[in-house]
Amino acid sequence: MTTKIYVPCDTTALSLGADQVAQLIEQQAAEQGGDIEVIRNGSRGLCWLEPLVEVDAGQGRVAYGPVEPHDVAGLVAAGLLEGKSGHDLWLGNIEDHPYLERQQRLTFARIGITDPLSVDDYRAHGGFDGLARAAGMEPQGIVDEVKTSGLRGRGGAAFPTAIKWQTVHDQPWQQQKYIVCNADEGDSGSFADRLVMECDPFMLIEGMAIAGLAVGATQGYIYLRSEYPVAQKMLNEAIARAEAAGYLGGNVCDSGRAFHLEVRLGAGAYICGEETSLLESLEGKRGLVRAKPPLPAIVGLFGQPTVVNNVLSLAAVPFILAQGGEAYANYGLGRSRGTLPVQLAGNIRRGGLIELAFGVSLKALLEDFGGGTATGRPMKAVQVGGPLMAYLPESQWDTPMDYEAFAAIGAGVGHGGVVVFDDSVDMGEQARFAMEFCTVESCGKCTPCRIGSVRGVEVIDRIRAGENREANLGLLEDLCETMVDGSLCAMGGMTPFPVQSVMKHFPDDLAG
Amino acid sequence: MHMSAQSGQPLNPGSSTGSMEWNPDMIRSIVSDLKAKPGSLLPILHAIQDWIGFIPPDAVPLIAEALQQTRAEVHGVISFYHHFRTTPPGSHVVQVCRAEACQAMGGRALEQHVRQRLAVDYHQTTADREITLEPVYCLGNCACAPSIRVDDSIHGRMTPEKFDRLTEQLTTSTLELK
Repeated sequence: MTTKIYVPCDTTALSLGADQVAQLIEQQAAEQGGDIEVIRNGSRGLCWLEPLVEVDAGQGRVAYGPVEPHDVAGLVAAGLLEGKSGHDLWLGNIEDHPYLERQQRLTFARIGITDPLSVDDYRAHGGFDGLARAAGMEPQGIVDEVKTSGLRGRGGAAFPTAIKWQTVHDQPWQQQKYIVCNADEGDSGSFADRLVMECDPFMLIEGMAIAGLAVGATQGYIYLRSEYPVAQKMLNEAIARAEAAGYLGGNVCDSGRAFHLEVRLGAGAYICGEETSLLESLEGKRGLVRAKPPLPAIVGLFGQPTVVNNVLSLAAVPFILAQGGEAYANYGLGRSRGTLPVQLAGNIRRGGLIELAFGVSLKALLEDFGGGTATGRPMKAVQVGGPLMAYLPESQWDTPMDYEAFAAIGAGVGHGGVVVFDDSVDMGEQARFAMEFCTVESCGKCTPCRIGSVRGVEVIDRIRAGENREANLGLLEDLCETMVDGSLCAMGGMTPFPVQSVMKHFPDDLAG
Repeated sequence: MHMSAQSGQPLNPGSSTGSMEWNPDMIRSIVSDLKAKPGSLLPILHAIQDWIGFIPPDAVPLIAEALQQTRAEVHGVISFYHHFRTTPPGSHVVQVCRAEACQAMGGRALEQHVRQRLAVDYHQTTADREITLEPVYCLGNCACAPSIRVDDSIHGRMTPEKFDRLTEQLTTSTLELK
């Protein structure tokens, strides 16, 4: 029997030498005359264990990790090719790993298990069931199923997905409509979109095709950030294969309806994650934010009705169509239904992807899953939801992960990225960086954002230098208020949130 | 996975940042291939930079004319996006992540080390034309921070020592080719 050996091919595994690991394993096996096949699977999202090598010698998938190239010779000598225990990096059957076992993976059910580019593998794990069902439904029925699921936009704004779809659905059908996937995952600490695109790209393709059938759109675009070269290659290849298999193109799943899909590359502008700026960029222009209304659902890409959804929102759709909206809504609490893919990052011992129903406390994630900081020092601050969100002090870590609970403490779940800092961090520096980032990334259309952020850096520098501290602190407070109230979009409107949280919870650090 | 040869290539010896040499026919052929796409300007600019390594300012009138836009419009788009450059880069482009998850793992010290080691600041190229240094705000490798990108390969859990080894590899493999 051929032993199957899995070596992940996502960015994280590759960034730690996975290609070389795969090569070395093949070499060593050839030297020993072992009968093996190396499969490049996706990552399971247990990032601290990457590259995570799995061996299926007939007794389930036995894992070793993290396996760096220099570990391979020793591992093979210790019986890696037979899945033997005994080596320090041996982890046992990966499916029983507590980090995975305690999760509720609906969207990420397949990642790490399958070959991301195999249509057969995808189908064998329930893939395209949702699209096949949608192909036989009335468009309104598809929208209703998403409505029942309670799905809210996973990009950060948490707007109900079905309301967007309904609005586009209700526009006259004799015109061009578009599905646009926002894959400009720019928030530091976030990598769930990347994992979808690199490890299960057909799921995103399926979600977008379903959206197309639901609203009458025949063209979709994935607006992908240029910082994700691996995702770009995977998506392009997956789209070509899905087309060849009849899941995209002129007759989607024999529905008689068309849906075409194309990846468009961004060019390193954080602001293009804002949906109207993204649309401008797709049109080939500077990524300047548009005033709303009109809503993109009515006047969107090239002036046509457009659904703009985040990768994770669209990736949740195949499950909802395959299992029913009710099955999805059974997870979660209050108005936050379903699951939230949390990404643990920064200074954390066990960083990775954790998909759980809404409602788990931040502390449980940090401790039970994360296992404390990577450096072993005490945690000092946690930033949830990206660079525009508040820094949370320890007193707020009991907050349950749901949209309303986070909003109640002036924070946000955002895209689910969690960045941990240990006690060596200077929070004044973090406040300054929030403003500095805005000076680099502001689109420049509105004054509070463009000028306010520059002034913000200057005022923080003065406060830290001890110049007229009280007066300058008052000025910084005013400036933050002006930016929050006067900016056109979330970039300028939320840049003050991390700054204000530092002023409130870490005032001594700000004083420098 | 059937495309490991393409994804996450190992360090590419020699120049991997485009041909640097260009002529107007190259621009015209890219523009005529792509201009039928709706919103074609960004795909055109990407194609030019991928091929030549940068977007030559003299290409702007050619693009503008073909797309029936003003030169100011085309220039405005090029200058808006951090990714596009209008001067030739070094043989390799090194991007250092400056964002929060990397900061939490010593990213600021790494940034400083990189600038010192290469003796350049961001947006500059080393005197030997080997390496152009750029900042980047997140490579999506945030659980294995800090991260850098060298051409199309991302490297995680970066340390000053690892960075020094990497730059040595980059520069020696180029020398061997000469």
